[in-house]
Amino acid sequence: MLSAPLVVLLQPRGLAWAGATAAGLVSFAIAVALAMAVLGGETQTYAMGGWPAPYGIALAVDDFSALVLLLVTGAGAAALLAARPSVDKQIEEERQPLFYAAWLLGLAGLAGIVVSADAFNIFVFMEISSLASYILIAGGPDRRALPAVFKYLIMGTIGATFYLIGVGLVYMMTGTLNLADMQARIGDVVDLNPILVAAGFITIGLALKAAVFPLHVWLPNAYTHAPHMVTVFLAACATKVALYVLIRFDSMVFQDKLSDHVIQFAMFAMPLAVLGILVASAVAMFEGNLKRLLGTSSVAQIGYILLGASFVSQAGITAGAMHMFNHALAKGGLFLAVACLAYHYRDLRLSQLGGAAARMPWTCAALVLCGLSLIGVPGTAGFISKWLLITAALDAGPWGWTLVIVILVSSLMAVVYVWRIVETLYFQAPATEETGIVEAPLQLLLMTWLVALLNIAFGLAPAIPLTLAEGSAAALLGGMP
Amino acid sequence: MNAETAILVAIVLPLAGALAIALAGRIGPNLRETMTLVTSAALIWVVWGMLPTLMADGRPAVTVGEVMPGLSIAFRVEPLGMLFAALASGLWLINSVYSIGYMRGNGEKHQTRFYVCFALALAATMGVAFAGNLFTLFLFYEALTLSTYPLVSHKGDAATVRSARVYLGILLSTSIGLFLPAIIWVYTAAGTGDFVLGGILEGKVAEPEVGLLLGLFVFGIAKAAVMPVHRWLPAAMVAPTPVSALLHAVAVVKAGVFTITKVIVYIFGVEFLFASPSSAWLMYPAAFTIIVASLVALRQTNIKRLLAYSTIAQLSYVVMAAAILKPHAEVGAAIHMVAHAFGKITLFFAAGAIYVASKKTEIYQLRGIGRRMPWTMAAFSIGALSMIGVPPTGGFVSKWYILAGAFEAENLVALFTIIASTVLNAAYFLPILYMAWFEREEADAKPHGEAPFAAVLALCVTALLTLGFFLFNGPVIELESQVVRGLT
Repeated sequence: MLSAPLVVLLQPRGLAWAGATAAGLVSFAIAVALAMAVLGGETQTYAMGGWPAPYGIALAVDDFSALVLLLVTGAGAAALLAARPSVDKQIEEERQPLFYAAWLLGLAGLAGIVVSADAFNIFVFMEISSLASYILIAGGPDRRALPAVFKYLIMGTIGATFYLIGVGLVYMMTGTLNLADMQARIGDVVDLNPILVAAGFITIGLALKAAVFPLHVWLPNAYTHAPHMVTVFLAACATKVALYVLIRFDSMVFQDKLSDHVIQFAMFAMPLAVLGILVASAVAMFEGNLKRLLGTSSVAQIGYILLGASFVSQAGITAGAMHMFNHALAKGGLFLAVACLAYHYRDLRLSQLGGAAARMPWTCAALVLCGLSLIGVPGTAGFISKWLLITAALDAGPWGWTLVIVILVSSLMAVVYVWRIVETLYFQAPATEETGIVEAPLQLLLMTWLVALLNIAFGLAPAIPLTLAEGSAAALLGGMP
Repeated sequence: MNAETAILVAIVLPLAGALAIALAGRIGPNLRETMTLVTSAALIWVVWGMLPTLMADGRPAVTVGEVMPGLSIAFRVEPLGMLFAALASGLWLINSVYSIGYMRGNGEKHQTRFYVCFALALAATMGVAFAGNLFTLFLFYEALTLSTYPLVSHKGDAATVRSARVYLGILLSTSIGLFLPAIIWVYTAAGTGDFVLGGILEGKVAEPEVGLLLGLFVFGIAKAAVMPVHRWLPAAMVAPTPVSALLHAVAVVKAGVFTITKVIVYIFGVEFLFASPSSAWLMYPAAFTIIVASLVALRQTNIKRLLAYSTIAQLSYVVMAAAILKPHAEVGAAIHMVAHAFGKITLFFAAGAIYVASKKTEIYQLRGIGRRMPWTMAAFSIGALSMIGVPPTGGFVSKWYILAGAFEAENLVALFTIIASTVLNAAYFLPILYMAWFEREEADAKPHGEAPFAAVLALCVTALLTLGFFLFNGPVIELESQVVRGLT
């Protein structure tokens, strides 16, 4: 699965897309197979080069990684399948093989992070995926992407460095890089202060990568100016992978050994999550550019995931993990619909998109469906995670009600910003007199509708991700007293 | 077809109908309208076919699937839901006949979208009526809101979109902000949200919180339009009149009061609620709404807005009747849904017919219109008298039962409210009748006749139903009495 991108580097240009898509589909198939195996109750491990776990480089897949892996490869494959028309329009032909190669590198990096059982390897894969995503974002025709990427590059590098410092400190104290081994050995460490410092570095570093409020400033610009299909892919999974590492590292390695760390983590994450949810939703309500609006909303949605994790309870982590999955569905679908719109509309400011529904009815209908899922209307995937989150908040104690109010208020804000889009698309008079705007290419549209319908399907029958999410929560909390 | 299958068919049928209407819309309007009529007639056959089972104390139930552990999509038919579904499906057919006359007479655009959304709204209504637990009910409740949005914003101009925004904003924000937490609270406290006669919350929710939970439900279910969450209903009057007639006098608003009644009877339990002093407040906002909405109606000059405020008041009758918590009053609440539906749909049909025939929308324009449109205004008069509660109309029957319940509970607030609102109803309807029948129209008035035949036919039928309900209400009362059997 990880060697696939290298093959594609050699492909002639016409075949680049086909090769990349095939690789994406294969990796998705492998992820599905892994998830099936995990659902069957086994944890998959693979020791690279035949060295046993504590010494060699190990890969491991349990419920949590299976869920996120499904997400990453699914988003990658879906976006690649739909990518061709949009990419043909945005990227010059001779650069396309490089573009797809970078894409696969990014995919491999993200997948690598998820399956690694080794702290340093996570860093290596993180760098691979980051470098690839810098290239992808800057690869479009939009010159404004360059400053955006520069910002992302600086902040991403700081994040990665912080993470590396933290891992270094832990390695110094425990002498191992393997996560499971680390968890076992950290109990023997006498002086816990360096570990605490390490926990701080790792949390901040990963929060930067995950665009946790207020470390999110790179995200809206990067999403807005990236090529449309790259936005689909990155919005669906890139930040979630960083969050995945954050949650895994913190609960596996630190929480059960450092006394009071649970409270520290909750106290750190919860206010940030709440602030992120409220502030980002409020900003999204007044945003004028469609892509930036959705990007800002992503920051709020990341807040939901972090909020779920910050309960440090079975229900909370289940809700967080579910929201990772469901938000990827909703936001992926939305950005796919945006890519459809962008096929004909060059300017994605809301003021320019008036009356688009009359010209592209299918695209806009899919956009409304995914928007409903983002709001959390019952019958859609978004509702499931919102239900779980509220239930978890109610369990969380006397202040749970305040959090319920936060979640509900931000849902209402989501109604406002989604409905601004809907009213623009359906009721505003067209801003331009351009004729000849018709439906997006079938390939793009089909994938958009597939994702939109998946939003409904997983809203009515969420058994598979739910089992995985519950399994992850149980596994992550397994070491806790 | 057994009753279990009938439940599912009742929900799937309008959905399939919507698809058929959409396809037929490409071929021609006649085929499309045929599809609407066929679907609504078939729905009546399916829904009314369940009546004998219900009369024989049957409670058909079916579970479609489990979404999450403890959270399932399930349907269970009981007398309240049966009555609501029978009412909505029956009036849909009449309303479709009327729609054809109205929409064609007015030359409206986007008629296919109109009929498709109408069918979708009916599917959602059936889901609300037959829901077997709170989660299923919420699912269809939201579907009803969303499917009616395109109907409200039908015209598509700036003012309409603004009103539709109010409509959607209030309904969605209350349901997500208050109704949903109430539902989750019930599931967390009781471990289930199934509708069980006698309630599921006894001993599960402590005393002062019962009142709070009830508040979340009553104001979260904004479709019942208890003040101050009533503003969406006047806003919804920008929709074409058939929408106001069936959805905003019957299906949507009745879904609201139906849900509140259902929550009181099947989630709290009448006896549990009666024993909880903290829930006694519900009487007062309902009484307040009845009086204030009637006063506001007095000041309206637009016919449809007047009818909207009258609806708000009448809906709170149902809420208040349910809140009296006595058997007679609960039966009264159920039959008031029917009586008000017949009367109000007649009034809206008449208002729409006047608009189609003469483009008149204001009350002062109605001078002497009785001579030009005798059939329409006769029906209008019957509807108005039913709103006031004069025999021999349906409104009298339900008022009788609610008053009996109020006496039984020795509830002076309710008694006073009913009497005062009767006077107010008379005060805003009788001048219209006088104007229409006895005053002369202006000399420069443009001559016009009746509305298209389909519209007049529909409103005559509903007027007859209003009269008929006075005499032939036995089966309805018998059916609803099953709910309160065993209560003292």
